[in-house]
Amino acid sequence: MGMLAIWTALLFNLNTPATLALAALSTAALPLSCGLPFALISARLLRPLWPFVVIVTLWHLLTDDPAGGATVLLRLTAAVTAANFVTMTTRLSDMLAVLTTLARPMSTLGLNPRTLALSVALVIRFVPVMLTRTDQIAAAFRARSARRPGWRVLVPALLAALDDATQVAEALRARGGSG
Amino acid sequence: MEKNLTHIALFAAFTLVLFVLPSAMLTVGVPISATSLGIMLCGTILGSVRGGLAALLFVVLVALGVPAMFGGSGGLGLFAGPRAGFLLGFPVAAFVTGLIMEKWKGPTGPVAFVAAAVGGILVLYAIGIPVMAAMLSAESLTKMFDGLPAYRNLSLPLALSALFIPGDLIKCVLVALITRTIAQMRPGALLSRA
Repeated sequence: MGMLAIWTALLFNLNTPATLALAALSTAALPLSCGLPFALISARLLRPLWPFVVIVTLWHLLTDDPAGGATVLLRLTAAVTAANFVTMTTRLSDMLAVLTTLARPMSTLGLNPRTLALSVALVIRFVPVMLTRTDQIAAAFRARSARRPGWRVLVPALLAALDDATQVAEALRARGGSG
Repeated sequence: MEKNLTHIALFAAFTLVLFVLPSAMLTVGVPISATSLGIMLCGTILGSVRGGLAALLFVVLVALGVPAMFGGSGGLGLFAGPRAGFLLGFPVAAFVTGLIMEKWKGPTGPVAFVAAAVGGILVLYAIGIPVMAAMLSAESLTKMFDGLPAYRNLSLPLALSALFIPGDLIKCVLVALITRTIAQMRPGALLSRA
């Protein structure tokens, strides 16, 4: 992760399209070194960037500055690819270990690293529970009405989740608390 | 207290679900995501400190790449992209939203609307837009800075954000309705007014 910070800082200090193209190519070599399927997934992760690519391209064509546009685009894709490479090659448990280490100085401020780990685990468990519950509520809505459920499922889903959270809190307390 | 912990985790999870949902396209290339709806609700329901912590937990989990587990996109890459400022502004936005909710003892619905608009639009954009401007075109912005009035610097991102605002106002109305319903049906769960 330290390497990633240095690489990103370097990318933001290169200013000509030629050097950045070189940097972008060497960044692209990272996912390619792990095989073609891996590189394809890596490329798919760049998809959320496309609105920005369109806007930046249009803007720099309008202001007649194609070199500047190429610089921005190359820098953006290279930085995002490098960061995604770290995420794709690191297990969640390793990421959590880094997080616990980073959070250690915070324990003087009253943040218990164990509380942090517990809350991360709770969130990861809550998400699939909430998705299932929302699906059930949406199915029940469709059984009663011809309209699409849409945002109407938000409130019952949130109420059900709040009740779940209250029960989990009671269960935690019964098992010795969160501290 | 255990209830604080589970409710913070719950709202971080709720925001994560909204983050993973496919975002609707408003106009060409401008996605309207539901993520800030979750952030606003963190503030109006949990209050300042707890809401800010829930949003912070959500941001940390996005950085760790957790959304990928549920079919979304996440990871450190987002923090090198143009939306980095919005992600980093989420905890501040939730905190401000919660603070207004706690301090202003008016009727729940209207106060929640104002709190969501101030925290989730004003504060969030104040942090998100300058970062977006810096990420998108650092050179061309400094080049423009030489010959043009300073306000022109923000024109591209400001024009972008003007496209987001109608969607954001709809989200504020939803936040007001949801918060009022929860206040009526589970008054104990409205930690911001407890």
